Amino acid sequence: MTKNLRVKTGKAIDETYRISFKFNGSTYYGFKGDTLSSALLANDIHLVGRSFKYHRPRGIMTSGSEEPNAIVQLHDNSSRTEPNVRATEVEIYEGLEASSQNCWPSVKFDIGGINNFLSPLLPAGFYYKTFMWPASFWEKYEYFIRRSAGLGKSPTEPDPDFYEHKYIHCDVLVIGSGISGIMAAKTAAKNGFKTLLVDEKPNLGGSTIYQNSDYFKINNQTSSSWLEKEINEIKKLKNLEIKTRTSVAAYHGYNFLLARQNLTDHLPIELRKDKTRHKLLKIRAKKVITATGSIERPMIFDNNDRPGILLSSAIKRYADFFGVACGEKNILFTNNDTAYETAISLIQKGINIEAVIDNREEIESKLLYEVEKNNIKIFKGYTVTNTFGYKRINKISIKQLSKDGQKVIGPKIDLPCDCLGVSGGWTPAVHLFTQSGGRLKFREEDQVFIPNIYPSDQLSIGSCNGEFTLDEILINTPKSLKDYLNIKNTEYDNLEVLSSTNKSKRNIWLLPTDKVLGKTKSFVDYQNDATAKDIKLALREGFRSIEHVKRYTTTGMGTDQGKLGNMHALGIISETAGAKMGELGTTTFRPPYTPLTFGTIVGRNVGEYFDIFRKTPIHDWHVKNKAEFENVGQWKRAWYYPKENENMHQAVQRESKAARESAGILDASTLGKIDIQGTDASEFLNRVYTNAWSKLAIGKCRYGLMLNEDGMVYDDGVTTRLGDNHYIMTTTTGGAANVMGKLEDYLQTEWPELDVYLTSVTDHFVTVSVCGPNSKKIVSEVIPDLDFSDENFPHMSFKNTKIGKINCRVMRISFTGEQSYEINVQANYGKSVWEKCMEAGKDYNITPYGTETMHLLRAEKGFIIVGQDTDATMTPIDLQMDWIVSKKKYDFIGKRSLYRSDTIREDRKQLVGLLTDNPDEVLEEGAQIVADINKSPIEMLGHVTSSYYSPNLKKSIALGVVKGGKNMMGQKLIIPMEKKNINVTVADPVFLDKDNERLNA
Amino acid sequence: MFIINCPFCGEREQSEFKAGGEAHIVRPKQPTELSDDQWAEYLFMRKNIKGVQLERWNHAHGCRKWFNMVRDTSNDEIKAVYKMGEKPPIE
Repeated sequence: MTKNLRVKTGKAIDETYRISFKFNGSTYYGFKGDTLSSALLANDIHLVGRSFKYHRPRGIMTSGSEEPNAIVQLHDNSSRTEPNVRATEVEIYEGLEASSQNCWPSVKFDIGGINNFLSPLLPAGFYYKTFMWPASFWEKYEYFIRRSAGLGKSPTEPDPDFYEHKYIHCDVLVIGSGISGIMAAKTAAKNGFKTLLVDEKPNLGGSTIYQNSDYFKINNQTSSSWLEKEINEIKKLKNLEIKTRTSVAAYHGYNFLLARQNLTDHLPIELRKDKTRHKLLKIRAKKVITATGSIERPMIFDNNDRPGILLSSAIKRYADFFGVACGEKNILFTNNDTAYETAISLIQKGINIEAVIDNREEIESKLLYEVEKNNIKIFKGYTVTNTFGYKRINKISIKQLSKDGQKVIGPKIDLPCDCLGVSGGWTPAVHLFTQSGGRLKFREEDQVFIPNIYPSDQLSIGSCNGEFTLDEILINTPKSLKDYLNIKNTEYDNLEVLSSTNKSKRNIWLLPTDKVLGKTKSFVDYQNDATAKDIKLALREGFRSIEHVKRYTTTGMGTDQGKLGNMHALGIISETAGAKMGELGTTTFRPPYTPLTFGTIVGRNVGEYFDIFRKTPIHDWHVKNKAEFENVGQWKRAWYYPKENENMHQAVQRESKAARESAGILDASTLGKIDIQGTDASEFLNRVYTNAWSKLAIGKCRYGLMLNEDGMVYDDGVTTRLGDNHYIMTTTTGGAANVMGKLEDYLQTEWPELDVYLTSVTDHFVTVSVCGPNSKKIVSEVIPDLDFSDENFPHMSFKNTKIGKINCRVMRISFTGEQSYEINVQANYGKSVWEKCMEAGKDYNITPYGTETMHLLRAEKGFIIVGQDTDATMTPIDLQMDWIVSKKKYDFIGKRSLYRSDTIREDRKQLVGLLTDNPDEVLEEGAQIVADINKSPIEMLGHVTSSYYSPNLKKSIALGVVKGGKNMMGQKLIIPMEKKNINVTVADPVFLDKDNERLNA
Repeated sequence: MFIINCPFCGEREQSEFKAGGEAHIVRPKQPTELSDDQWAEYLFMRKNIKGVQLERWNHAHGCRKWFNMVRDTSNDEIKAVYKMGEKPPIE
């Protein structure tokens, strides 16, 4: 029977609304307003998980997003299952199911717990050191390591929820709705700034909203009731938008921030249907006011990780806000005044406190006196040296601290307890500030890093700026706001404040104990099980940089990114290495501040919207005719059209045979098309292509090769002269946008004097390419008005004509080596022209073919594909295309590079044909080419770039690049494959119709 | 993510732009007369300054115009933008 630890109603709780939920299979009850952690604590459950490395029992430690231990898996075995959720952030709802992670078979009995006893064998860097040798065993080790490690399970079914992205623009963004954030938001909004206030919690008010004590007053009211009135007022402001459950994940340059707004996670699952789960807000703010508060520090002592050990501020929040006692025998352990605020709250609620242990010896504190008045024993100048209890703390040992705080002295005192609240002071939450590029400074008095240099238009206020007491915040915030927003006064200029906190603190990063360090487990990073001992070991082993120590010990590398322990790690390093904290610097805080789901990141860009794709106007026809598609750049191109049970090879063999023997038809609409006009158009082409263009007659087409300035082949295509000052250039499908950009770049920056205008017309035209010996008959039928005779319409020429009323441009050009006509019409008419060609070609077995057949046909002819047979290291000379490089032209892009010492080397990789000795053996594209298999190490001469079985030649053909290949004609080479070596002979890359008889037929 | 003040369109998000490397590297008028070293200087050598750098940018998803920018690469502050062919407005 579990206990009920609910005390007087907390502020957040609606006791009339009971909610049942499941944790590790058992049913429990909580109230509306509870988080999973407050509801579990109310049921006296502390043990919620096991630690990552030693599988030590761990409990709830905090009450917010900084939680390192209480991370759970929600909704096991469903598409909505989610790992690594902080129980402190989950709002309970009817039907919630949560379970512990990182334990097997159960959180109460976990086999991995044996690691705790093996821990002397598992020091920092254990995995690095142990599993290094032999290297080839890594794959075997990895299997076991992965099984025993890992946090939580990922879902195996598609995510049923929706996610969205939204852009927001505002004058002032206020992050955090604690007392300073509320003051900032109200001041900004009332002064005419369009303001957005966000907070990660479901409610506004931060920690002040439950500060009910008489020791903290504003204008003679408790600070909570004063703030409550302020909140009620700001909700009415028109200029202010408030978003709760919204966590700022990243703060980038130029005040661009990403925040996740959580819309449905607090609702029962049946109410989430058709609603957006998370919104990723992309916020651009003119001004950013960061009021992210601070995170309480734990303290580092032996066995400081047991279930039942919490931050003192968390105990206060559970009591005041949720009405839950974390234990019945509470002890508080502190080095500053914070724990006394907690003590006063517990006294108010009637929760028993056994004792307070305070590092400090002499303390003048009103809060302490109040606690003492209640007959609570306070051990001044003492420290906790050890804790006991496996699944729940049941006892602590304390000893007196020496004057210098380095040793413990005097007798040991044991105190029984079931809950220990720890306060090591406060760490400003500067994560977002540093993400934005801000630089910190170290404040020696209380050992904190605070914002120093702002990189953009922003301001930090409140405790994230190192102002920890109520009076400091209420005095400094209005001043800062007036300066920052450039306003004369605020309504907070004359507040009457009572604040009773004594600011003294006795900071000891690693508390001494009577044991040797090697025998202690003083956790610095709870989630990753990094101890003080590990950090010292790293330093002994020679690590100095904080970034290196972090990676070696994994301190701060968990899902909580070390929000609690990073400062202690720094402190211990600083003390051990004798370096100043300020000079040591901090590790880099990286986005996101709290983990984001993948759904939030991708938003609506899932499924077919993941990456946009382009379809030609004939796409539907391809789909209807069962084409398989290939992605080329953003385009979906028909790859091949399998008939009945054909596989790809069979389909391609049939298609390419048909194209050579009778007629084939290809949708070539995806090729890039650039309309070039202007009086300098010919000169422009001269400069961008390697060959000469001035003499190209109107109505003629020419193949061009484009280089980069470094002399390497960039793109190719056929350009047609439509008029005196008018050309149409085609580019490769994938290169179209880049070519357009490159040409514009040269025109705007290098040759602004040229009168040339470029227009991308890729989408404006559909290109239907009909090829094969019967192609002429087919196109003649489709365009009866045009004279297709070779005299009137020879290879490499162009005609403007009409199909009925449709204007069309017909080019007689060929990428297949067959006689071939490309009909270009306005895109809307594309499909009808395609269908007309299919109809006219019926008697000739016109066969639609896809990109694979196109590749095969061009390979037979030895035509290159830029990007397949070339990479960014191939010159036209390497491609044996010397014929296309004009010797006469004074200059063109890349010309000078063609005779650099490197590009004229004879032993560069050069394009050659490859024929296998066994004509039925087809090489693998990408396979390495060698000459001498016995040489060690084997010298790689090059690789296969294109390889096919040619049905027309009835043999295997391939193109490849080979060092010095140009002079190796007829030479035998070897392609070593996994199971055998394949013998090949270097050949001419043109395998078919070298004399272009088919083209001109 | 920067906000870039395109000299032709005004302030726009960085996602509309494309960076084009160091500015004011003029293509030699007579490449054929250069030695390998001189050509390599134009082709490959870039300063890659940590600090104030002159850069080429293109408003690729906007007016498609190229322009120059004075940017401090150490803190991403854009100090000025100016049109192609103009001199940098500040040192």
